[in-house]
Amino acid sequence: MAKKQPLLKTFINDIPKNIFAGFVVSLIALPLGLGLAIASEAPPISGIISAIVGGIMVAVLGGSNVTITGPGNGLVIVLLSAITTLGSGDIQQGYLYTLAAIVISGILMLLLGFFRMGILSDFFPSSAIQGMLAAIGIGIFAKQFHLMFGNISTKGNTLELLLKIPNTLTEFTSSGNTNLIAGIIGVLSLLIMIYYSKIRNRFFQLIPAPMWIVLLSIAFSYYYEYFSLQNYPIDENLLINIPENVLSNLAFPNFSKIWTSDFINVVIAITLISSIESLLSIKAVDKLDPLKRRSNVNKDLKALGAASVVSGLIGGLNVVTVIARSSVNVNNGATNRSANFFHASFLLAFLLLFQNQLQKIPLPALAAILVYTGYKLAAPKNISNIFRIGKEQLLIFSSTLLITVFTNLITGILAGIIVTFIIHIILNKSLSLFTTNLLKPNVLMYRENDEKRNYYLSIMNFCNFLNYSKLKSKLDQIPENQEVIVDFSRCSFVDHTVMENLNNYMSAFHAKGGHFEVIGLDLHGADTNHPFALRRISTTQKITSKNLTKRQKSLKSIANDFNWTYTSVQNKYFNFLSDFGYFKTKNIRKIKNVLNNGPCTLFDVIYTEGEFIAKQVIRSTMMHIKLNQASPNFTLDKDGFFEYIYHLTGYSDISIKGHPDFSKRFFLYGKDSKSIQEFFTDELVLFFESNPYYHIEATKTGLLIVHKERLASVKEIKAMGDFGVRLQRIITEN
Amino acid sequence: MKQFNKILIGIAFSPNLRENISEAIRLSNMFNSQLICVHVGNHSTKKKETLKEIFKNAPKPKNPIKTLFQKGSPIDVILNVCTDEKIDLLVLGALQKENIYKFYIGSIARVLTRKAPCSVLLLTKHSIERIPCKHIVVNGLKDPKTKETIRISFNVSQALGCKRITIVEEITQQEISVKVNDDISLRRANIAKERLRNREDIRVKDILKHIDTKQKGGIDIKTQSIFGKRGYSIGHYARVIRADLLIMNAPKKTRLFNRIFLQDIEYILSDLPTDVLIVK
Repeated sequence: MAKKQPLLKTFINDIPKNIFAGFVVSLIALPLGLGLAIASEAPPISGIISAIVGGIMVAVLGGSNVTITGPGNGLVIVLLSAITTLGSGDIQQGYLYTLAAIVISGILMLLLGFFRMGILSDFFPSSAIQGMLAAIGIGIFAKQFHLMFGNISTKGNTLELLLKIPNTLTEFTSSGNTNLIAGIIGVLSLLIMIYYSKIRNRFFQLIPAPMWIVLLSIAFSYYYEYFSLQNYPIDENLLINIPENVLSNLAFPNFSKIWTSDFINVVIAITLISSIESLLSIKAVDKLDPLKRRSNVNKDLKALGAASVVSGLIGGLNVVTVIARSSVNVNNGATNRSANFFHASFLLAFLLLFQNQLQKIPLPALAAILVYTGYKLAAPKNISNIFRIGKEQLLIFSSTLLITVFTNLITGILAGIIVTFIIHIILNKSLSLFTTNLLKPNVLMYRENDEKRNYYLSIMNFCNFLNYSKLKSKLDQIPENQEVIVDFSRCSFVDHTVMENLNNYMSAFHAKGGHFEVIGLDLHGADTNHPFALRRISTTQKITSKNLTKRQKSLKSIANDFNWTYTSVQNKYFNFLSDFGYFKTKNIRKIKNVLNNGPCTLFDVIYTEGEFIAKQVIRSTMMHIKLNQASPNFTLDKDGFFEYIYHLTGYSDISIKGHPDFSKRFFLYGKDSKSIQEFFTDELVLFFESNPYYHIEATKTGLLIVHKERLASVKEIKAMGDFGVRLQRIITEN
Repeated sequence: MKQFNKILIGIAFSPNLRENISEAIRLSNMFNSQLICVHVGNHSTKKKETLKEIFKNAPKPKNPIKTLFQKGSPIDVILNVCTDEKIDLLVLGALQKENIYKFYIGSIARVLTRKAPCSVLLLTKHSIERIPCKHIVVNGLKDPKTKETIRISFNVSQALGCKRITIVEEITQQEISVKVNDDISLRRANIAKERLRNREDIRVKDILKHIDTKQKGGIDIKTQSIFGKRGYSIGHYARVIRADLLIMNAPKKTRLFNRIFLQDIEYILSDLPTDVLIVK
């Protein structure tokens, strides 16, 4: 109980902040809710009902912290087609059937939450999702563009609507256009949306852009009511229609079509899109959360499902987590779920208090808000971003986009998945890589058995959207303040979805004081320079050298910082390495990522052990220190890991006089015990005792410092470099 | 204490024959046991000549080698010989995928592994020269058989001159029982994990306590808990730390159910990380 008290106290202290954030969000949610509902051909009020029910229920039942819930952009296209197909032309009837579909899909979402299917969204390739969102954006844009110019008669599918845009424009500019004023209001509203972020005025920015549009258009109508002699120049059809008494005019779902295939399709589409949209938003909002909390995704799904059921039952659209409103929420200082609750309460208050004023909002103004949102979703900038990741991603993106536009969302996303998979097969020239390894648990995680206790994950075979959830479930078990090393050296293919998600983990760990590093990708080729580009083990080494991995880039910048030189590929072999006992039984294949500052050289070495079928490829990071004076041959080791070397060479354990502790902790092997004892001065012994442990070998030419028998992370390389430089200094000073 | 007194190797006249026999003789010498070679098929003078030739060049056996020729289906013959001769260890060679680093067990060997009444050694690195065994990984599963398996691994490592044993405790997701949803459950899951790790450590230490110090002498013993799919992750781990021999419990009776949903040892058989000894 003692722990509960401060929690309650901070909750109460934070209430004013959350009320304010909720208020600002409600200013956006009001026009958006109305607009999204109108865009779906549902009664405007249904969008507000969804936001109110969602805000209250998810605030109470949900598992996320600073998200805002309500009607979502993604659903517009699905709901629009649901209302038109289910009603077979009768919009009002179609709406009632759709409400039933919303209730059922709410139940499905509830079940998804109970069965912990929050991982579902991990199985969608991110470029395909991008393509789907862009298609939704185009859909919204195409539909609302006409309405923005006051044209309500244009109908058709997305493609037809796009083709009719010139028509609407000529009609708008032609004389005798009765909706000229309405169209001008639409265009002005769009300009407000576009230029809002460019105007850096504190007072102007106090009110969000959509609310400016609402306020200005209401003011406009009052001008006509009180000051102008003319009639309000906007047609009745172009004004929002809200029932006089909201509470007594609720619509109720009609379940009579529940077993038809159309209905089932609609339910699947709604569930799919609303869960994907919600899960993506929750993930994105978690990154914004100032307190860096982790959302309980499944609990949130349950809450969203329950909220959708209630909302559908009283005539509202379904409830999803929305990213844009959530980020406004975070930006205005929300700290917990109560902000969502307050946003809903303000909406309810607006609805009850300003019913008459809301009726005065012209539809073109709301349409402009949606045109802007649609454009944002499908902006050409997104396409160029995707192209920078790779040509294949653009192919996935555009095929998903086109198929969604020409057919429907479910076909589109399925096609996106199939295209992605086919591309992966072609890139790897192998189907069996995927079929034989798909069901194998390919991720191993353990904590390394040294004092640092790093989490180490090794991934085998391949890692793409199909089995990313296995990696994710392991990563999710690590507190973000820990050190993690993810090793892909045994994995021959890593796709864009995984790379992007790993990057998210990297920032999450960084934000909470942990460290997350990916190693073992330096041998994998990428076609572009983008950090999220997919990578595969390639037979041609040409592309490898061109596009550096994140690790290579950070090595390069470290080299710059400390005035070392960096080369990513070393073609000459380091001949001196074969002098070391460590490499007696090994064949060096390749030296990569060489950092050099005169005497010290850090490098990744790839070598093989054993011959023919017993051959194993090992990657490791080592350091070589050139010494001016000859040093005796010795091996310094702590856990006897390399003891076979001294077996072969007939070395014996040597103790240093006056340092019993050192002799106890380290194994020191060498032939010439006298010169070794001379070499190990007090300073050197103290240095080894007080610094991290490495396996060290010495020959006439210098010292070889060996990390573990795996590649070192960037952090470990820094530590190693520092160790080497200081060691070199101590030895030279002696 | 269990000892490998009789070792059985099935021989086929394949290009690998020389390596297989060299390896088997070396093993039988290390364990000081008798080697029995079985060939399933006809007895012919040509085959005998080849064998003679190979034996002549192979390492010298400490105990006389017995060679049998029997007709029948390979599985039945080998299983029968195992029971008749009271074999303690059956040695099988692994096949190799086109990809040079992947090994797997053929269908016959797989059935033999499942049905053999004795321990089975699956060899990936058979060679004419001896490759020293430097690191053995043993499973430390919570299982009645584990005690015996660990005991045997110390015998084996003494016989092979191996100086390093890592006992791996695999902790499965189900055991942690706390599902990670958010920060609070994450903290709880980690506490549960730490507790499990300690419990497993204590269990393994307890087993180790009951092993003769003579057996443990000169061997560096480590324990490591890993999180992953039981049976598979230990193979992955053995691969990552490049163990030379992986010693596992024999699986419980395999039913049809277990064969459809790959379990424990089946994962390892489909992709051998290194030499594997299955103790029965």
